[in-house]
Amino acid sequence: MVFKVDNLSLHMSGFNILRGVNVTIDAAQITAIVGPNGAGKSSFIKVLSGEIPPTSGEVTLNDKILSEWNLEDRAKVLSVLPQHSSLNFPFNASEVVALGRIPHRSGQVRDGLIVKEALSLVDASYLESRFFTQMSGGEKQRVQLARVLAQIWEPDGEKNQFLVLDEPTSALDLSHQILTLKIVSDMAKRGVGIVMVIHDLNLAARCADNIIVFDKGSIIEKGSPDKVLTRELISAVFGITPHIIKHPITNKPLVFS
Amino acid sequence: MRIISAQALCLLLLASLPFAVMFGLNSGAVDIPIETIIDLGFEVFQSSDKDTVTQQVKTILFDIRLPRICLAILIGAILAISGAVMQGLFRNPLAAPSLIGVSSGASVGASVVIVLAGAWLQSNTALGLSLVAVGAFIGSFLVTVLVYRLSTSALGTSVTTMLLAGIAVSALAGAVSGLFSYYADNEMLRQISIWQMGNLSTANWQRVLVLAVVAILVLSLFPRESKSLNALLLGESEARHLGIDVQQVKRKLILLTTLGIGTAVAIGGMIGFVGLIVPHIVRLLIGPDHRWLLPVSALAGGVLLLLADTIARIIIAPTELPTGILTAILGAPFFIMLLVQQRREL
Repeated sequence: MVFKVDNLSLHMSGFNILRGVNVTIDAAQITAIVGPNGAGKSSFIKVLSGEIPPTSGEVTLNDKILSEWNLEDRAKVLSVLPQHSSLNFPFNASEVVALGRIPHRSGQVRDGLIVKEALSLVDASYLESRFFTQMSGGEKQRVQLARVLAQIWEPDGEKNQFLVLDEPTSALDLSHQILTLKIVSDMAKRGVGIVMVIHDLNLAARCADNIIVFDKGSIIEKGSPDKVLTRELISAVFGITPHIIKHPITNKPLVFS
Repeated sequence: MRIISAQALCLLLLASLPFAVMFGLNSGAVDIPIETIIDLGFEVFQSSDKDTVTQQVKTILFDIRLPRICLAILIGAILAISGAVMQGLFRNPLAAPSLIGVSSGASVGASVVIVLAGAWLQSNTALGLSLVAVGAFIGSFLVTVLVYRLSTSALGTSVTTMLLAGIAVSALAGAVSGLFSYYADNEMLRQISIWQMGNLSTANWQRVLVLAVVAILVLSLFPRESKSLNALLLGESEARHLGIDVQQVKRKLILLTTLGIGTAVAIGGMIGFVGLIVPHIVRLLIGPDHRWLLPVSALAGGVLLLLADTIARIIIAPTELPTGILTAILGAPFFIMLLVQQRREL
């Protein structure tokens, strides 16, 4: 019962965007995806979440091929936060988060409660009746995060749930970056399998159980932060020669240039 | 914060509907006092023998004003709810049937039918009308699909492309309509041009019947998709992640909007701006949640078009203004206001 990608390839308009990608995402684990711009991270996320069908290879979610899932059943176990939000209608934050409850039949009272809790979890309770169109980038990102959290707020029977996040911290200030990582870790502790694209290697090292490094459409390296974040790999992939030390408290690798 | 709650606005509109109907029955070239209308109403229900009202007044009320009032309410409701759905579908508040060429498409379809099947339509039966409606439906369907395909990509809808496609389609439709007008005989020409101005003066009970069938279909099926429409506002892939079968929902909504707009345009002609302005005002007042937006827009559209049509009837009495001209006179400045406001927000 895992989220799995087998020998995945994606060709679009004459380019090989992904080549021979194999990934297994376990429940209750955080998998961070890193890599330079244009490495295929977002395309991988799109194939993984069923938005783009792969040219070859297979995506399976809980032992069932992704495209064979009933969409509503799938929405109860797989929640996806895209990189950009194109919402330009004046919903307020509560209404946006409530959209996350669409696949469920849990009733208005329960949904209302979940919406409130999710908003307070991402520190956005004060936005409750503010219009989405008038929020700052970071506020929008937190409200959207609350929406995808509300979608998998409760376990769905015995099935494993997964949360896919494409750069969830890109518009956030430092304290909200840390908050987001804490929320994600708590979700993982609850048993949810997390996949997230993230640019900050230190944030990735701090929270991830596994790091996958993408470059030019294929996976260069994967494994624990200690194993992956080496000087050789970073200079090969990102073209800079960094210094790597151990974090004095967490003992995780710290990368700086 | 929102100005008014959805429930309150809904009640307000429901309460204003009888007054608007009364206003419509009361005003016109012949002034019929409200007491007479009420008396006549009681007479119908109680079938009393007292002949308080003359036959002429009865004819004016039941064969001229009442069908016209029904027509105005139904067309207003259909145009407004279809506009609301279309704006949700395109994820853009500027998508309106008249702006993106859907009404022009319907107009071409109807013109083609009027010219090709002219002889049939002279009899003005429900069948002939339905045929014009079918023509308008096909016209508006083709345009909607074309504009949607052109302007919507995986990244969302491009407003620029959408409006430009609307301009191109409207121009083409204008040319085709012109061509058909050129070859039409006098009677057809009169039919086409009266109808293009957007006029409800040809109202009769047959037209009301045809429209009522479509209205029931559209008004009962749209609200079932309000959750899907809410999810679609987030974006198509987001809606899919929320478990919505986007392709199927889109197909259904496009079919229904074009059915509604096609029929409304076939019977009422080109009545612009109702489909743009009404959902817009309602959204400003109660927010974009389609569970309320759709029914309230329909209600507001019905009331507003009834008021506009009544004003069009009396403003230059004893003659009357085509309704479409009045809605355009009121609607165009509003649209300009909208553009100014949007520019300020950017």
